[in-house]
Amino acid sequence: MLDNLLPIDPEVAARIEALDLRFNKFGVDPYGIAKNDLIRFVSAFAWIYRFYFKVDVYGIDNVPSRGRGILIGNHSGGVAIDGAMVMGSMLLDAEPPRLPHAMIDKFIHQFPGASQLMARTGQFTGNPDQAKRLLRDERLLLVFPEGARGTAKLAKDADSLVDFGTGFMRLALETKSPIIPFGFVGGGEALPTVANLKRLGRLMGVPYIPVTKWGLLVPKPTRFQLLYGRPMQFEGTGHERDEVVNAMVDRVKERIHDLIQQGRALREKRISEEDLVL
Amino acid sequence: MKVLVTGISGKLGRLVGLELLRRGYDVVGIDRRAWPDGPAEIEVHQADIRKRPAEDVFRTYRPDAAIHMATVTHLVHQSPDRMRVNLYGTRAFIQHCHAYGVKQAVFAGRHTFYGAAADSPLYHTEDEPPISAHAFPELADLVAADLYAASALWRYPEIATAVLRIVYTLGPSRHGTLATFLKGPTVPLVAGFDPLFHFIHELDAAEAIVTALAHKLHGIFNVSGPTPVPLSTIVKAAGRRPLPMPEMLFKLGLGRLGLPLLPAGAIDHLKYPIVVDSEAFRRATGFQYSYDERETINSFRTAG
Repeated sequence: MLDNLLPIDPEVAARIEALDLRFNKFGVDPYGIAKNDLIRFVSAFAWIYRFYFKVDVYGIDNVPSRGRGILIGNHSGGVAIDGAMVMGSMLLDAEPPRLPHAMIDKFIHQFPGASQLMARTGQFTGNPDQAKRLLRDERLLLVFPEGARGTAKLAKDADSLVDFGTGFMRLALETKSPIIPFGFVGGGEALPTVANLKRLGRLMGVPYIPVTKWGLLVPKPTRFQLLYGRPMQFEGTGHERDEVVNAMVDRVKERIHDLIQQGRALREKRISEEDLVL
Repeated sequence: MKVLVTGISGKLGRLVGLELLRRGYDVVGIDRRAWPDGPAEIEVHQADIRKRPAEDVFRTYRPDAAIHMATVTHLVHQSPDRMRVNLYGTRAFIQHCHAYGVKQAVFAGRHTFYGAAADSPLYHTEDEPPISAHAFPELADLVAADLYAASALWRYPEIATAVLRIVYTLGPSRHGTLATFLKGPTVPLVAGFDPLFHFIHELDAAEAIVTALAHKLHGIFNVSGPTPVPLSTIVKAAGRRPLPMPEMLFKLGLGRLGLPLLPAGAIDHLKYPIVVDSEAFRRATGFQYSYDERETINSFRTAG
């Protein structure tokens, strides 16, 4: 798809080769991930990840190096820059590298180009059947339980959390997958949104169009803090009553809130790395 | 053991007939079309499955098992009686199986049953409902025929009925939905979309159908070959030139400018994948495909 349009970063190529994926004779894994497309795309993305933005990653060893798991964290900043940075940290910083499968909003696969890119890099529309299959296949999932309401937070609310869905917890219980909470700080500064145009967005087939302080939807170069907490394992079947599941979800939410607070304190240099409790 | 095959003169029907013969079954066929150079051991009755002469074949031949392949699946050639053939033909097949003591029935259906949509899971399992029949009315008769065939599972539980949902077939016959789409030197694609396509070599498909019969399967089973491949990769590997076109142009150009005449609903099949989980079939039969993804496409490309 991206044949010869993008240069290859040899280090990125080596990392993609090291992924625990089974490619067929055309270099495509059973979920449609294309090795060559991934190498070219991540090569280009690596520049953005390393030089345009800067991500201070803490606790990356809390993410299991193999086997199933669900990364759960906060959304902010108009568009899902946070999701891209988590991807970057897993592909470019983690040893060994891992490719998380993000459960993305349905509208993304309706756009030409975006659909193709997401399909070739293993990013699927969030769907319980899809998620269960990937976890049972020992893959790593990336879920933002706040969904589009999370990215829609305006800059002033960037560090807050809106309602969490409970789907991810039922999924974790049913598949006995660990949850790895993470907190992401700086999204509100990269793309400080002051308003969301919902009606215009609906006309264009997206949940909303974010409007930034400077009008354009271009993030400014920003340093982010990304903190991975210790894995949380919950016991159950996934078919518990809502009150039971909600209590578990609240524990994850508190953990993420705590990670965001620590990230904010680090960002404002009120604490140092040694003070972190991940 | 005596096996009756409807639609035996079709490209896949012939392969099934030959595979049955190879495994030592007695084979008889029903088809509106002739099988000009067919093997002498296979008697083909030229009849319409919905008509009396076809029923006479069931009555006089008394098959132990029957395979139903007489469904019209071309999307390119819309014919007014296609729906009738597919639905009434399937009904006649099941009724005759019941009336004339057939102990095993196999319905060779399609994986397109599940439909293609932006939000459906990548691997479909047999318990999923057909989600996009409304978006693709031209396929509705095949979906209905599949569901109707499956109703035999409770209607006539004494017949071991296997409903197979088989992925696109590809091979030297250059016949079938995918092969037809790949026919020309330039293959139009919807720009910005590149769905995974699930396909199986036609010989493997024929073998799977006969394997279902040999194992007396009872139930609904997805049947697939190697892991799926992006459509643009298939086009290139088949020696064709992919021509990505914006969706709007694609829609306007259907049936013109050398573009295939496809119903509007088919465009979703060029944007989103239909991929099936065939684990249940593999577990029930031990079926293994012989041709991998590259060999399958090569066999299509190099056929004379």
